[in-house]
Amino acid sequence: MDLRDTVEEGAFRAELRAWLDANLPEERRGWRGGEQRFGDDFGRAWSRKLYEAGYAGLTWPVEYGGAGSPYSFQAIFYEEMARAQAPAHVGVIGLGMAGPTIMAHGSDEQKQAHLSKILSAEEIWCQGFSEPDAGSDLAAARTRAERRGDVYVVNGQKVWSSFAHIADFCILVTLSDPDAPRYKGLTYLVVDMHSPGVEVRPLRQITGEAEFNEIFFTDVEVPVSNRLGDEGDGWQVAMTTLLHERGTLGFALTAALDVGVGRLVETAREHVNGDAGVRERIAAEWIEMQALRYTNYRSLGAYQRTGVPGPEGSAIKLRWSEQNQRLTKLGRELLGPEGILDDGWWHYQQLRSRGNTIEAGSSEVLRNIVAERVLGLPRSR
Amino acid sequence: MDFAFTDEQRQLQREVRGFLAANYPLDRDWENQDDRWQELAELGWLGGADLSFVEEAILFEESGYALYPGPFLVTVAFALPWLGAEDREAAAAGTTKWSAEDRGLVPWLGSVDMVVDSDGNAQPARGEELPTVDPTRPLGRLERTNGTPLPGARDVPRARTAMAAEAVGVAQRALELGVEYAKTREQFGKKIGVYQAVSHQLADTYADVELARSLAYWAAWCVAEEDERAPLAAAAAKAFATEAAVKACERSIQVHGGIGFTWEHPLHRFYKRALWLEGFGRRPAELRAEIADALLGVAVTA
Ligand SMILES: Cc1cc2nc3c(=O)[nH]c(=O)nc-3n(C[C@H](O)[C@H](O)[C@H](O)COP(=O)(O)OP(=O)(O)OC[C@H]3O[C@@H](n4cnc5c(N)ncnc54)[C@H](O)[C@@H]3O)c2cc1C
Repeated sequence: MDLRDTVEEGAFRAELRAWLDANLPEERRGWRGGEQRFGDDFGRAWSRKLYEAGYAGLTWPVEYGGAGSPYSFQAIFYEEMARAQAPAHVGVIGLGMAGPTIMAHGSDEQKQAHLSKILSAEEIWCQGFSEPDAGSDLAAARTRAERRGDVYVVNGQKVWSSFAHIADFCILVTLSDPDAPRYKGLTYLVVDMHSPGVEVRPLRQITGEAEFNEIFFTDVEVPVSNRLGDEGDGWQVAMTTLLHERGTLGFALTAALDVGVGRLVETAREHVNGDAGVRERIAAEWIEMQALRYTNYRSLGAYQRTGVPGPEGSAIKLRWSEQNQRLTKLGRELLGPEGILDDGWWHYQQLRSRGNTIEAGSSEVLRNIVAERVLGLPRSR
Repeated sequence: MDFAFTDEQRQLQREVRGFLAANYPLDRDWENQDDRWQELAELGWLGGADLSFVEEAILFEESGYALYPGPFLVTVAFALPWLGAEDREAAAAGTTKWSAEDRGLVPWLGSVDMVVDSDGNAQPARGEELPTVDPTRPLGRLERTNGTPLPGARDVPRARTAMAAEAVGVAQRALELGVEYAKTREQFGKKIGVYQAVSHQLADTYADVELARSLAYWAAWCVAEEDERAPLAAAAAKAFATEAAVKACERSIQVHGGIGFTWEHPLHRFYKRALWLEGFGRRPAELRAEIADALLGVAVTA
């Protein structure tokens, strides 16, 4: 056990810090996230810069454009990005979900075709899992894929798909065999979002922005070579995606919390420094944030050995989402009447945080996962 | 950056768990417990084995998990930093048991030999002993003499982190008891663990325990390395872990139903240890106030 940076880690941290100082424009620090990411060309250009400097896909193999570094470098990357309040790489779904899934289940051609373009932000990806009648219950997906020669013909509807309006590719869970038993009839496809028959309709969110979308598929032809895993193995492949969605996220989320707590301290200093109740709540959030940080560190070792995040990642995501809701609510509360003005950072973050306990596995579903897969309790369904 | 135990530390953890499980099973005679002090001395746990504080934290965690009854916490975590070489040797050999005064109260006053008073003097352990919520942990009021000045110093982070680690062990055990029960007890024709009102409480306890453990190990490392963050880390760990332990026991009692409310079932003993740990020294709210002072500067009241 040693929480200090090794010589290599220290060198990497110093180099990254210097790089950020030199390359990140002052006015782009402290973004609120959301739509701003794609408001102009900066997001993609910045992501490409990160890639060219070797900071995108730090833990990915070198042959796919990554740096082949240990996971501790990824942790340092998030810490330093948070410290500089730098905008994240825009390829959230590609980096966190599509990429790891392609690495685990993809053919060589698929890896060659996509992985480095995900890192360079040439390809933006979206995730087509949820449907109007299949949310938490992903296995109930009904979007049909019918095999005709060397294509699948896809018909159906997805919903809540983040970034679909700007995406080039979609990881799609389809039903290929309606007669198969539950979990056995699903097939996982990579769909070119520019294919004929794909229609995207943005949905306005609680924040007023439209970052997630409905996607309609009408006789969309998807080459069989775009399948990930075998026909009928879609459930297994989707589980890989979800594990990575929750697992790798931990460090990024905690780093963002660190920024949030820092802002909270600033806001409190300006507005209500003497209020003992508020002071105690801020201290409690600081404690919880540290607890999450070191829980990530503890899971790092296992992650480094297996390359797969453990199910305890579900607990981290659960606690992070609930903390982010408390934290942003408190930030807004501290502003007094100004807090209900429509244009503030806290205002936006507080509304956005309501999605945190729904997206990437609702809190209830995560508690089920912890109860069943970590604690070994009998299944509730 | 490496936050995992070494193989030797894991080995130590297994040894401690094994020793305590063999000697302090849940079906022990709770009213007549032997602290096996001489055996602890021989194992090197009273300072003889020169363990780092990270390793000592493993001992504290396991002592909470097993609900070890003796004055291990006060001798090793509270008193040792005060002692000179000779006193340390006697303590390590198991010849002298020590305690330390904290806000006028001395844990185990009746069963230790010597006490470090709040001014850092050694005193013979004399005075009135009072029962507490935890029957294995009485507190006493010291009958003061002049005492002999001790060469060491108070190590608040060390004491707090030890209590946090012990609380993690208590919380872990309460969780395991609750999970075991939810897997076996049936009502309405099903195992009660299938009901989310039951399983989600246990899932919440799991998250609490993991977070508490992370804070306790962080604080332990800071104490061992004399890192400048030790005071804050230890305050955070004690506040969070002792509250987590209390909550873990409360949820576990609820999951057990009526049997959880009995004297016969061991759960109440874990609950009482958790309450003792939460209440002794600084309370969680006071610790959060300390952290707030560090983050925000001392409060200016208008
Ligand atoms: C901001 C945001 C971004 C998103 N981005 C994407 C995306 O990019 N791609 C994508 O595919 N999806 C995305 N989603 C969708 C998200 O995955 C689903 O909303 C989520 O899985 C819940 O499904 P649902 O909305 O159908 O709600 P439901 O599943 O109908 O759930 C409704 C309520 O019932 C509870 N519930 C359901 N089942 C159980 C159970 N077994 N036990 C206890 N409680 C239960 C839920 O917790 C919830 O409180 C996004 C959602 C949000 C909010």
